[in-house]
Amino acid sequence: MAWTRQLLRVNLTEGTCIPEPLNMDWANQYLGQRGLATRYLVEEIDPQCDALGADNKMIMATGPLTGTMASTAGRYSVITKSPLTGAVACSNSGGFFGAELKNAGWDMIIFEGKSPAPVYLHIENNNATLMPATDLWGKSCWETDEMLHAKHQDPQMRIAVVGRSAEQGCLFSSVINDLHRAAGRSGVGTVMASKNLKAVAVRGSLGVGNIKDPARFMSAVSAGKKVLAENPVTGEGLPALGTQVLMNVINEVGAMPTRNMQEVQFEGASKISGEAMLEPRESDGKPNLTRNGGCFACTIACGRISTIDREHFSVKEKPQYWGNSGGLEYEAAWALGSDTGVDDLDALTYVNFLCNEDGMDPISFGATVAAAMELFESGAISTQHTDGVELKFGNAQALCWAAEKSATGEGFGADINLGSRRLCEKYGRPELSMTVKGQEFPAYDPRGIQGMGLTYATSNRGACHLRSYTVSSEILGVPEKTDPLQTEGKAGLVKAFQDATAAVDSSGLCVFTTFAWTLDDISPQIDAACDGDWSPERLVEVGERIWQLERDFNMKAGITGSDDTLPQRLLKDAAKSGPAKGKVCELGEMLPEYYQLRGWTQDGQLTAETRSKFDLPS
Amino acid sequence: MKIKFKLYATLQDKLPANAVDNAVEVDVDEQVTLFQLIDQFGVPRESAHLVLVNGTYFAAEQRAETGVLSDGDVVAIWPPVAGG
Ligand code: SF4
Repeated sequence: MAWTRQLLRVNLTEGTCIPEPLNMDWANQYLGQRGLATRYLVEEIDPQCDALGADNKMIMATGPLTGTMASTAGRYSVITKSPLTGAVACSNSGGFFGAELKNAGWDMIIFEGKSPAPVYLHIENNNATLMPATDLWGKSCWETDEMLHAKHQDPQMRIAVVGRSAEQGCLFSSVINDLHRAAGRSGVGTVMASKNLKAVAVRGSLGVGNIKDPARFMSAVSAGKKVLAENPVTGEGLPALGTQVLMNVINEVGAMPTRNMQEVQFEGASKISGEAMLEPRESDGKPNLTRNGGCFACTIACGRISTIDREHFSVKEKPQYWGNSGGLEYEAAWALGSDTGVDDLDALTYVNFLCNEDGMDPISFGATVAAAMELFESGAISTQHTDGVELKFGNAQALCWAAEKSATGEGFGADINLGSRRLCEKYGRPELSMTVKGQEFPAYDPRGIQGMGLTYATSNRGACHLRSYTVSSEILGVPEKTDPLQTEGKAGLVKAFQDATAAVDSSGLCVFTTFAWTLDDISPQIDAACDGDWSPERLVEVGERIWQLERDFNMKAGITGSDDTLPQRLLKDAAKSGPAKGKVCELGEMLPEYYQLRGWTQDGQLTAETRSKFDLPS
Repeated sequence: MKIKFKLYATLQDKLPANAVDNAVEVDVDEQVTLFQLIDQFGVPRESAHLVLVNGTYFAAEQRAETGVLSDGDVVAIWPPVAGG
């Protein structure tokens, strides 16, 4: 059965931690993690509630395979209403925390209310206790992690924590676990901090039992691992270069958002690429990349462990940053680099460390700094706002300064922490914000990859690449190559990716497996572990039900079809170079067909028929 | 004519030592095919997954065609890669 069938309900107002049985009817409809937790959220909160008020809830949820021996089965998600977008937020993280939570006997934790004073939740298997965290408040994620490990004298305890940025109300703060893994997007960490919850520290030694058919599960898992090992992407490319292998690819195809998405190619891309991370540097002969790293049970190990050049201006006087830590992934390298015009690999690595240390989402942070740079260059803000800092594109010192300010929320950091949309509105230039539904774009320009335009416009959590990664097909040829500049067929492609991804995100597995696995590889693993029959077709159905449920929540929260759009820059200003030169994103050619495929009205509303087909709650 | 030839990711070791930023300039015949270039640099054809000319993808069946390249073109090649 794989689920532990038990969740923990933590009422922060009352200070109580009460176990309750998992709703298995919902688990059968929504599988786990993203889907199942969204079902609970929809049931339990008013979609119009204040995301940072006591009425919002925050759920940490594992999937049925989390904590098992399946490859990459260490994932958990944080589900809540986002303070950045007002939509449903669901941020997925790896590392070891999720598996530990499952090993402690919990499928999920629902946090409700707000604690009168800072607390952390300590879980040791069945024992869950809220503990005072006054001494931890005001500390970074890394300091808190160290203090909790020291206090409990348990090096194997796994910790998820929010940093100072979240405490200060930064609207794009992440929940950081295992020091440098993040439930990164949509401000889920901000919600956690708003509840005066500093950390969740877990030790689980119960193991994950209840596998429906252990022998079949082991053989399905082994078959899956063989596929990953033999696939050149998951067996070779990702371990060697990580996601950063994409920097040069996406630049070459002319889909690299540059300088707040004013351009689609960055002249400095090669200097901040995965290949550049392997180059020995002049000062000490060592490359930026020390080694790769993997999350719990992962046989891909795409993670980057890096160092910064000790001679670099950012860390010269700061030996605390001289050691190994989580290095640049493609999304961080793009947002911190190309989007701000900064091509200094060490500066980007330093800022990435700060994002992990104090829990800023590097995508939203980088994209917001890029917007601030355009505001600065256009005269909407000046050195009076920035303590004299020349916040111009390409200024690596300014980028590092901005990260230090964002981490603590001091001075101009408080402005950055509003996120791009609110920042640009504040300074009277809303059109400079590169966001959808208030969330900043990731690393693919939809003028050069048309399907991603539809992906962004319709994503249930605002601009996001992980809701339907059509880049895989349109650029990388996985599983099949499609033309990135064509709009035909993209509505169906986006829908198929959205549905399959929602299912994978609800299983406990990492979406990166899908570069090698199809649902035909995943379904036997779920089917052998979980009660019931879990065919690929059923997983697609579950995925689609999740998508509809998320959409329904958003509609009830006040989002409408008119929010399924892109910034005018991407719809009106043509790409200036590369294969997409002269093209804009033709969203209008794809959106009506997409609505039709989803069973929605022409203005993007769910129909009664669609609601009943997926048995959505009223 | 002269073109720029680039190899990336796990193929970058196939480039000569004088390559800068993963690229070398090569003198080629106007009738050269992409497969001939791929072979010339010792890249196994099955490893040449993404073959881009000036950023545009060329499928396997186009790689044996002549006349696809012009002076100043940029050919960039990757093995199967992905990220997120
Ligand atoms: S593929 Fe990468 S992100 Fe996914 S579980 Fe493995 S190491 Fe973590």
